[in-house]
Amino acid sequence: MNNPLYQKNIISIADLSRSDLELILETAHSLKQNPQPTLLNNKVIASCFFEASTRTRLSFETAVQRLGGSVIGFDSGGNTSLAQKGETLADSVKVISSYADAFFMRHPQEGAARLASEFTSVPVINGGDGSNQHPTQTLLDLFTIYETQARLDNLNIAFVGDLKYGRTVHSLAQALSLFNCNFYFISPEALAMPDYIIEELTERDISFSLHTSIEEVVDELDVLYMTRVQKERFDETEYQHMKSAFLLNAGMLKNVKDNLKVLHPLPRIDEINQDVDNTPYAYYFQQAQNGVFARQALLALLLTNHFQAKP
Amino acid sequence: MQKKLQVEAIEQGSVIDHIPAHQGVKILKFFKFTQTNEKITIGLNLATKSGESKDLIKIENTFFNDKQANQLALFAPNATINQIKDFKVVNKFKVQLPSSFIDVLSCPNSNCISHNEPVQSRFYVKQKKTLKLKCHYCEKSFNRATFDELD
Repeated sequence: MNNPLYQKNIISIADLSRSDLELILETAHSLKQNPQPTLLNNKVIASCFFEASTRTRLSFETAVQRLGGSVIGFDSGGNTSLAQKGETLADSVKVISSYADAFFMRHPQEGAARLASEFTSVPVINGGDGSNQHPTQTLLDLFTIYETQARLDNLNIAFVGDLKYGRTVHSLAQALSLFNCNFYFISPEALAMPDYIIEELTERDISFSLHTSIEEVVDELDVLYMTRVQKERFDETEYQHMKSAFLLNAGMLKNVKDNLKVLHPLPRIDEINQDVDNTPYAYYFQQAQNGVFARQALLALLLTNHFQAKP
Repeated sequence: MQKKLQVEAIEQGSVIDHIPAHQGVKILKFFKFTQTNEKITIGLNLATKSGESKDLIKIENTFFNDKQANQLALFAPNATINQIKDFKVVNKFKVQLPSSFIDVLSCPNSNCISHNEPVQSRFYVKQKKTLKLKCHYCEKSFNRATFDELD
């Protein structure tokens, strides 16, 4: 059976249907259980970081190598002829993609991956374009939720922290809205979920509520998705006064559901106390590791037409 | 007398009617009619039966193609265009908001990749009632008022 993602681009989570997402998650699960170290033999993948991102780059390049592929590329745009000679991104990707079987990129400008996909004949995977999209982060988040909850439908999911500027929570909420989840948005008023996300959820008739502390809802949750409230967005007094409502410690998890998992896109600073690490609810480091499997799944589906995920 | 001024005939050209008040001059600017040598008659804040004011433009020897008619919808979503030949209306149609605008507007997001690359800008109509357009590249949505070209 042909897979619908073969030779496709992965630019924005909104481009993926529910069945596409399910196929990716099943494939990630299969690759985690049954490694395929020769699947991408003789494939060359370009890893182009026009903006540095150590964690995403290492995760992606690990995924390529775990499948037996080779990586070419660069880890910072400053060393490229694009930066030094003023070459357009369109010209750069035309040339690079002629060397490779797929193209993974991060770029500081919004829309860069979409544009790149219009100038290449090989699949492009967006590893983050400015403040816009980071679909592989969303896929690894979805995979982690699927792995820990055995489903994506009808879950109680709280998002905590900076919901205004965090593209991670925007994309994840959009993707989960395909699965009829119940959302709790917990943030300072100044960092509340933006109107366009609220409008989209309302249009889709998704249930959500707004809160100002974790403890209001923590006992009802299946997933607690933490993000960092950035200190620089507040003055010192305001920050100290406000931040305690958005910090998690082990004492707050006494009466939670057994299946609760705490997730975080990392890096964390102090929003999750280290005493949470030793509880059965902490899952953020496994979540980071899952990035490798989610990215393997994309590579397998984009580059091999007949790869069958084993249940 | 007032009626005569509004409908004074032109031999050949276009009459754009039902333009919301205060949009007429913006339309002249957007289509660069301020630089043409063709005869233009413009009516501003004209009375209508419904009591609302409207603007009206008559321009000789000029016809709107489909793309321009669509662009007109950015200013006047309910406008009608009358094509005049030999002093007679030979065609009359309402402008329609298209589903997308290609190579018409520049993205208000200064960090959007579309600005310095060899591509045409592209916006999708996300909301018609209070017009909202979404950039094909940066995926951000903007209210009509955000676009400098439309001022």
